[in-house]
Amino acid sequence: MIMNLVVRQVVQVLFVIVAAPLLAGWIRQCRAWLANRVGAGLLQPYRELSKLLRKQPIVAHEASVLFVATPYILFTTMVVAGAMVPMITTRLPLAGAADVIALAGVFALARIFAALAAMDLGTAFGSMGARRAMLVGFLAEPALLMVLFTPALISGSTSLVVIVRQLAHHGAMLYPSMAFAAAAYVMVTLAENARLPVDNPDTHLELTMIHEAMNLEYSGRYLALIEWASAIKLFVYIGIGAALFFPWGITQSHGLAALPMAYALLVAKLAAAGGGLAVIETLFAKLRLFRVPEFLGTAFLLAVLGLLVRYLFGH
Amino acid sequence: MYVPIGVSWGLILSALILWSLLAFASLFIPKVPRIAPLIFPLGALGALGVAVAGLLALHGPPVATVSPLGLPGLPFHGRLDALSGLFLVLFGLTTVAISLDLTGYRAREHYPVAARIGVQYHILLVSLTLVFVAADAYSFLIAWEAMALSSYLLVVTDHRTSAARRAGFLYILIEHIGALAIVAAFAILIAQTPVGTPLSYTFTALQARHPDPTIAGLVFLLAFFGFGAKAGLVPLHVWLPQAHPVAPSPISALLSSVLLKAGIYGLLRVAFIVLPTPAPWWGLTVLTVGLLTALLGALSSAVQSDMKRLLAYSSVENIGLITAAIGLALLFSAYGLKALAALALIAALYHCLNHAFFKGLLFLGTGSVLHATGERNLGRLGGLIHRMPKTALLMLIGTLAIAGVPPLNGFVSEWLTLQSFLKATALPRPYLAMGIPLGAALIALVAGLAGYVMVKFYGIVFLGRPREAGLAHAVESGPFERAGLGLLALLCLALGLWPAGVIALIRPAARLLTGADAPITVGYAGARVGVAHAGYAPVVLWVAFGVIACTAILMLRARSGRAARRATVWNCGHPLVGARMQDTAEGFGQPIRNIFTAFLAVRRRLPAPDDLTPRYGSVVEDRFWENLYRPAARGFETIFIWTAALRPRRIAISLMFVLATLIVLLALAP
Repeated sequence: MIMNLVVRQVVQVLFVIVAAPLLAGWIRQCRAWLANRVGAGLLQPYRELSKLLRKQPIVAHEASVLFVATPYILFTTMVVAGAMVPMITTRLPLAGAADVIALAGVFALARIFAALAAMDLGTAFGSMGARRAMLVGFLAEPALLMVLFTPALISGSTSLVVIVRQLAHHGAMLYPSMAFAAAAYVMVTLAENARLPVDNPDTHLELTMIHEAMNLEYSGRYLALIEWASAIKLFVYIGIGAALFFPWGITQSHGLAALPMAYALLVAKLAAAGGGLAVIETLFAKLRLFRVPEFLGTAFLLAVLGLLVRYLFGH
Repeated sequence: MYVPIGVSWGLILSALILWSLLAFASLFIPKVPRIAPLIFPLGALGALGVAVAGLLALHGPPVATVSPLGLPGLPFHGRLDALSGLFLVLFGLTTVAISLDLTGYRAREHYPVAARIGVQYHILLVSLTLVFVAADAYSFLIAWEAMALSSYLLVVTDHRTSAARRAGFLYILIEHIGALAIVAAFAILIAQTPVGTPLSYTFTALQARHPDPTIAGLVFLLAFFGFGAKAGLVPLHVWLPQAHPVAPSPISALLSSVLLKAGIYGLLRVAFIVLPTPAPWWGLTVLTVGLLTALLGALSSAVQSDMKRLLAYSSVENIGLITAAIGLALLFSAYGLKALAALALIAALYHCLNHAFFKGLLFLGTGSVLHATGERNLGRLGGLIHRMPKTALLMLIGTLAIAGVPPLNGFVSEWLTLQSFLKATALPRPYLAMGIPLGAALIALVAGLAGYVMVKFYGIVFLGRPREAGLAHAVESGPFERAGLGLLALLCLALGLWPAGVIALIRPAARLLTGADAPITVGYAGARVGVAHAGYAPVVLWVAFGVIACTAILMLRARSGRAARRATVWNCGHPLVGARMQDTAEGFGQPIRNIFTAFLAVRRRLPAPDDLTPRYGSVVEDRFWENLYRPAARGFETIFIWTAALRPRRIAISLMFVLATLIVLLALAP
């Protein structure tokens, strides 16, 4: 029994770590196809990671311990977050250790460390990126919380496991309130993961970059860890979204027999979400930084609408 | 007459006597310098005793005592119950750390200053203890006033500067306006004594009065105003950002960590114990004021460039969060949802403890930075992590704790607060059930802002490169200061890691206030706390962090073992010219000033095109100065000018006025 649980947990952690770069590659490939390019192939992120891991890292003279420790902290927090989300099965030992609010807290921890490390060398780009990332972060927080409140009210709990159990019972019927919440969640996910239209992950244009500005001074295995952590973060965000809004296929039984099917469904969900993300990123241009509050304000209002629909009509 | 009553009172009395003796002994420091090193460590010992007494009181039955002091027929009543006990624990533990820090602070001050601080500080400790154990309105108000005066004297320690004198005046002014409201609240309650029964001032007697709803509402409003002035609620918060920067740092720590909580303590005592069941509008008022305070505090702290002023505004924010949770508890309590009221109160009290510890830590650390560099302005600091690595590490713990991220303590109370806001759907009024979750969004915004502010604070002070040449000579803080910081950092870690234990401590206080137990479950052998099937287990998180981090490090070492090469900063190929090109505190404030213009009064100063010596600047001021205090001051001035015109020249006519007033009053008397 315990072995069974440990196996599930370890397999999920390994799956998150290994599959996250593949998701990143899939999104890039989709964007290439949409732009009528050939693309570098699904495996390109792995090639990049392995190149970075082989290279000798360079660290500035002025760097403190915080600078060197942060890539490990980022990678670890993202993996821990990935270990706690019931993406495949609700019978996950670590899923009880943190609810959705705690998950949001774990992401905030990573964001603060990334920002502090960016300020460590005293470069203008680094602290500019840190400031912008923290800005987007705190503006996204209320919207994210409101998104999480709708399923929490429906199921009476902020635990993802309970939410999945409750919502999966309702079959394929989607609550109208959840549709609003899902739209808001997509917007928050774009902002939190530094995707278009809030930030462009593919450019290093000094004046507009947010997330990339914080990583400018990293190289070698440190940069590899940070890139990997970003990929895992996106993976986990999509995983949380799947658990909240599309919980079908997440197995609730003790047996191992249902697991392969659950994994297959998760892969399908991730592929669909990645394709959707690529479409959004192809269609929209980057916003000016001071339009981001409006973007996240819209997300907040959508989530509040979801909440009101839930109260007024009970759906 | 006095009867011996157990260990906890014994400990408190010994601490009170010890502190009184220390206050007296401090007078002789300039004459007998040999005693100086002993004063503050002994004070810490007394504080430890008080903390232990508080712990004992938390789980024992309430113990009352009557002291032989006081006026004839008006003795001082004391009572140790769970609420007093909890605040004594908070006060005692924080004070141990502050006394340790003062030991180091004392060593580098001149003897007259050290002596003055020694006297006033220990008097303040005595009066604070009395505030927390007083059980009648009379002794409570005496202790309250002693606390106000001794803390005023500590704020103006540096009384030769006009900034300190002005800040001290503002503090004592607001303090006394608040105290007047508290006196009025108690007086109205005491006046409810039925004819024929002897007047009694004890809280137990006042509790039995059961005033009618209008009177109770009036008493509540007065008490909320009075205690709110002490706690720093909007719009009475303006003294905090003035008083904290001028006071010595350990005193700022005491002000923020403990004195503000005295206001919270008074509010809880009066609203939940002395007064009957609250009306819904009480809770709604407290909740609204609390949320507003939290938002304004967080926004204002984001635009400050003085370290201590930034932390003072952050205290305003935290007091707002605590007050919001108390308002929610009042609201639950008004609708008879006692268990949920207990949940919200546990969140509020947990945050009281958290704020005492992390804000104490940050203020003491700021004191160390101030001592090492002589600089409070964020624009002249930077890179101190290289010069003061131990202080920087301890401050990092405080920074993460106040930013409210797991696995530290700030997150636990945030989590509990959000969980209790989510329970607001149980309220029977639809507008409440729908509106209050939006309050939770405001709390999330404030928590996010707190993270922004703390990245600014820590990043500018400790990271980057030193902005001034003088910073190269900064030295690590002394062993006593580090001991104080270390104790508070340990408390932050402990409160973050073992929430179930802390909640077990707070539970009796919440039960005393609401008469019910909070629906918080404990699982995983005490490691996990849960509300409504959702749980949070920080120890498990830590273990998972540890295992995964170690595996990652080991695997990376096996794969690419090459050590990093040190080189100059890349910076996109631009050479780094001068440390002043780094981002500034003002730069960090800029997005906030742009987005939240409505909440801040910003005055920009831009040069004209033909200016030969162009200067750019922007000053951010509290909106309340311009919109409330200055008009109010002008109004009072006008009234005074009128009354001055009325003032007769001859004494006989003055006496006529007195007589007329007396006759009118007698005519009005029932």
